[in-house]
Amino acid sequence: MKPEEIIKPENKIYSRPRLLDDRNTHYCPGCSHGVVHRIIAELIDEMGLEDKAIGVAPVGCAVFAYNYIDVDWVEAAHGRAPAVATALSRLNPGHLVFSYQGDGDLSAIGTAETIHAANRGENIAIIFINNGIYGMTGGQMAPTTLLGMKTATTPYGRRADLNGYPLRISELLERLDGTCYITRQAVHTAAAVRKTKAAIRKAFENSVAGRGTSVVEIVSTCNSGWKMTPAQSNEWMAEHMFERYPLGDLKNI
Amino acid sequence: MEEVKLMKGNEAIAHAAIRYGVDGYFGYPITPQSEVLETLEELMPWETTGMVVLQAESELAAINMVYGGAASGKAVMTSSSSPGVSLKQEGISYIAASELPALIVNVMRGGPGLGTIQPSQADYFQACKGGGHGDYHLIVLAPATVQEMADFVGLGFDLAFKYRNPAMILADGIVGQMMEKVVLPPFRPRRTAEEIAKQCPWAVTGKGGRGHRNIVTSLEMESPAMEQNNLRFQRTYAEIEANEVRYQEYYTEDAEYLIVAFGSVARICLKAIEDARAVGMKVGLLRPITLWPFPSKALDELSKRIKGALVVELNAGQMIEDVKLSVNCRVPVYHFGRMGGMIPNPTEVLDALRADFNI
Amino acid sequence: MAKVQGAVTIDTNRCKGCNLCAVACPADVLSLQPKEVNDRGYHYAYVVNPDACIGCSSCAMVCPDACIEVYRVVNKS
Repeated sequence: MKPEEIIKPENKIYSRPRLLDDRNTHYCPGCSHGVVHRIIAELIDEMGLEDKAIGVAPVGCAVFAYNYIDVDWVEAAHGRAPAVATALSRLNPGHLVFSYQGDGDLSAIGTAETIHAANRGENIAIIFINNGIYGMTGGQMAPTTLLGMKTATTPYGRRADLNGYPLRISELLERLDGTCYITRQAVHTAAAVRKTKAAIRKAFENSVAGRGTSVVEIVSTCNSGWKMTPAQSNEWMAEHMFERYPLGDLKNI
Repeated sequence: MEEVKLMKGNEAIAHAAIRYGVDGYFGYPITPQSEVLETLEELMPWETTGMVVLQAESELAAINMVYGGAASGKAVMTSSSSPGVSLKQEGISYIAASELPALIVNVMRGGPGLGTIQPSQADYFQACKGGGHGDYHLIVLAPATVQEMADFVGLGFDLAFKYRNPAMILADGIVGQMMEKVVLPPFRPRRTAEEIAKQCPWAVTGKGGRGHRNIVTSLEMESPAMEQNNLRFQRTYAEIEANEVRYQEYYTEDAEYLIVAFGSVARICLKAIEDARAVGMKVGLLRPITLWPFPSKALDELSKRIKGALVVELNAGQMIEDVKLSVNCRVPVYHFGRMGGMIPNPTEVLDALRADFNI
Repeated sequence: MAKVQGAVTIDTNRCKGCNLCAVACPADVLSLQPKEVNDRGYHYAYVVNPDACIGCSSCAMVCPDACIEVYRVVNKS
């Protein structure tokens, strides 16, 4: 069959998600954010949560997430998304309240809010993009930056004696009694994307059902910050990031 | 029959919040305001009105919980004391910039730094001149009695919702800690989801039935649009300044000298004025109730009839700047202040007045 | 034996030319335009080898800009 014979509505098996706005994102070519946005838009639609979803956007590259996914959003101050989400969840029970945060937002400036929201077992889903760098401000070191990794503020590579160690915050959150689901995923291959989607679905289900805090860490690329092509970034991530940040469920109860 | 109770100002705030139908309180312990949180936890309003009460991990988290709750159209509040309110300033700026109604209570203690737990009014600048970053104003209410502590909860929320602007109760540690009789406001139910949707069509509550999404944000990368946002804020502030100035005058009809004081200090000054009148000195008092908007016009008018003014504060001279701007150099304006938790007695106030004006 | 055939459409003006779809494709169906650019100056992805497409959706799964839609037929002959 010729392509034009195949390209018919009845044969369509994958469409651009309805809740993803018809608008180009500001993200760099190949950025993982776009994939995760798409997954979230798909899931909210598939799970019938469009009317009950409230997202909390971070400060960082994803600050404009509210411009791309067609649900209600609050833009939080840097690091404070879990506190904002706490109130939204407590005052709007039964809603899907999720925060979308990067590694600087969640594991540096917002560490206290993250840990305490999780420790209280707030019924929120935290989507955590870990690309080991501050993207928006121009590629500075994040708490999750690997040792030896060059950034704008570690131009000779991160040194443990100067900068401490790459922070595995999901491992910390796993220890807290308030969390019900902690998982680490990636979106560099089609198979990984499917797993991430299943993970976020579970986190969203937990939020709505009031089971406690779920965290889906997504080990991601920042090809602009890493100064590589998108494809090279994926390879580099699989080779280096996964060693420090191994994929899989850390907690699922 | 009205119900008269005896309680602390901080406790009155907690009772009034429940009775007003507040949806959420988010706080963190700090002396001298901890009784607000303690009283709420003791009264367990979540069992009765459904009000959420949460002890946050920090003042920072608490104010950002207020931001989140306010974003969903709920009546939410926090309380703290000076060092804690400093921590909240980033969040307050976000709340103001996002045009959200909320109530913040500052039961002031002496600073700067960790300072002291004793009363102060040294956060006047912080409350009235910004505090956080950017051009914004809070509606600032200064209670002088436990009754006003209770009443200003409702007033603060009413104004905050009317103008979509955060309000602050700027109390000093005296009025927070002292016990006094108070008539608590009547109970009213919390607003329903339908009422919130009607009153706050901008609220983030899930799109449910609305058909379009709501976004609460203070971010605007296009400078022309951000300037328009600022101009809109300024129009709101102008409207508040035109409509919401509140103050009280005592003995001003024939006053030759005027004392200007707010909060519990105004009560000390009132005693000083009564002592002055007993010896034939014609002294009056102006007590600003709203510190922002400031009663500039009233002071401007009074300054045409008086020989001079004395501003008495528990700080090194903060409100005096607004008094001077208001009287526009028409008469001399002096300051008498105590700091570090010290409180003046009426004799000291009167002595200061005599010394400044050679009377 | 049933033969699966697929086809994709690409929103070329939304495409940022990141090439992740081409890398993800197991059948080398996609490539970036070597010279042509879209309105925003990106060498956008295009179908270079349409007959090889098996409709597996891998390209669409990894596309950060949701530019790709996927069609599939199963020929039972």
